[in-house]
Amino acid sequence: MMRAPRFSFVNIAFWMGIAFLYLPMFVLVVYSFNESRLVTIWSGFSVKWYAELFQDKQLMTAVWRSLQIAFYSATSAVVLAIFASIVVVRIKTFRTRRVFTTAITAPLVMPDVIIGLSMLLLFVAMTQMIGWPEQRGMTTIWVAHTTFCLAYSTVVISSRLIEMDRSIEEAAQDLGASAMTAFVRVTLPLIMPAVLAAWLLSFTLSLDDVVIASFVTGPGATTLPIEVFSSVRMGVTPKINALATLIILVVSLVALASWFISKRYNDKVAVALKSERS
Amino acid sequence: MSLRPFLNRLAPSGRFWIISLPYLWLGLFFLLPFVFVLKISFSEAELAIPPYTPMFEWVDSVLNMRINLGNYQWLLEDPLYLQAYWNSIRMAFISTLLCLLIGYPMAYAIARAPKHLQPAWLLLVLLPSWTSFLIRVYAWMGLLSNNGIINNALMGLGLVDAPLTMINTNFAVYVGVVYSYLPFLVLPLYANLVKHDTTLLEAAADLGASRTKTFFTITLPLSINGMVAGAMLVFIPVVGEFVIPELLGGTETIMIGKVLWQEFFSNRDWPVASALAVIMVLILLVPIALFHHFQSKEVSR
Repeated sequence: MMRAPRFSFVNIAFWMGIAFLYLPMFVLVVYSFNESRLVTIWSGFSVKWYAELFQDKQLMTAVWRSLQIAFYSATSAVVLAIFASIVVVRIKTFRTRRVFTTAITAPLVMPDVIIGLSMLLLFVAMTQMIGWPEQRGMTTIWVAHTTFCLAYSTVVISSRLIEMDRSIEEAAQDLGASAMTAFVRVTLPLIMPAVLAAWLLSFTLSLDDVVIASFVTGPGATTLPIEVFSSVRMGVTPKINALATLIILVVSLVALASWFISKRYNDKVAVALKSERS
Repeated sequence: MSLRPFLNRLAPSGRFWIISLPYLWLGLFFLLPFVFVLKISFSEAELAIPPYTPMFEWVDSVLNMRINLGNYQWLLEDPLYLQAYWNSIRMAFISTLLCLLIGYPMAYAIARAPKHLQPAWLLLVLLPSWTSFLIRVYAWMGLLSNNGIINNALMGLGLVDAPLTMINTNFAVYVGVVYSYLPFLVLPLYANLVKHDTTLLEAAADLGASRTKTFFTITLPLSINGMVAGAMLVFIPVVGEFVIPELLGGTETIMIGKVLWQEFFSNRDWPVASALAVIMVLILLVPIALFHHFQSKEVSR
């Protein structure tokens, strides 16, 4: 293995890139504890903006609504993604497979404004034709978020499913388990870390979306990002800095959790492989 | 009892249900909506709910179909829209190049780092992309503004006398885009670079090639799939980007995502917004096909 020296060009470039990625957020966190209303001049340590944040009823309602939408979207996206991953990885022969595989990854790159607009037009047409959805709000945001989270979840889950050794499942079937039982009792537990990672990723993606939600939402159903966006447009305020700090904290914890889940899984697999060889 | 085998044959197989569940969802909520976008791009704006004229009308037992090409004509005749498309493509292209310039060394550094450090380094790059997109863009508003931290620092050091205008310019948009999309490029590039056979590099070194030469003749050509997949993950969404030009851009930043948003929300002209979306999808078809092609090549390797 040829290894680059410690202070090589690429390593310096890497750490400069990391600094570029982290410094702006670091500054934001520091200034959320600033006493002054002027966000760029430091006048003393204070947590008053956090206190003000929790007294904002409208904001707290939006937070709760966003958390609910994220929970339901992540759950339904992951269930659909397990099915979709089986199709992508294992069912190689059906007539419109190309359409399916293209459609499943297309939302990954499709600009948000297009997804948002097209979804809204669908909901409007559906209301006219079949009377559902009666009004736009949490349900329509849930449907829209499930659709784009499905794409991300399928990528995460199918990449794990591809690495899976099929012979274990076949062994279960040879021993008399039905295809269904073999999948649920053998394969599903093995891909569980990927399913969890996909769920957490979908949860954060849903919690973060402002554009699609703005299109498909209805009267009175503002989500947290919509709320944040409308106040951010007015300029930088210390209260939003405080809110941003909390979001960064929560999301980092979620990301770290999902990283440890998949790391522990990988370590286990590595140990299992080692003991098998020796 | 004797009916059972017969019924079993009629009932669809498990395979059928596995395919149809995600397929139905995608068909209904991802593919079908594009049909409606196309349809409404051919109607006229109207003061009604919903604010467009119907395409089909049943008048005196005659089915009338109205196809209005006016929206497209309007888009092609007004230089503002063409300018917006051109700007979006140009800005997406330049920011993709910037992401490649910054992201390639980073991905390379991770791929060549000691094996046990790689997951942690990769996590360092990816962690910011999990944090709210909106908040990361917002962070730059505070940094780049006229009385922001960068200007205060520059003036404090005596490097400039008056604050530099950075916020509400194209420069700020580039910074925001590169900052937000960099992790999306590093991940597929790393996944490609880490799979390279390092014995090739050793062989090249043994034969007397310099590090630079080895890089340009072996590593770079081998990483082309990862580069294209990563570049498309940046280029395509940036063409339709709305949040970044809205928050960091100024009047000079006319991008198509912003124009579409204004047509839809401010002018309530749904047909023109739909026509804008249709043309945007047509422009993006080639990059999307490229992305899909290189993505599946990567997966099958």
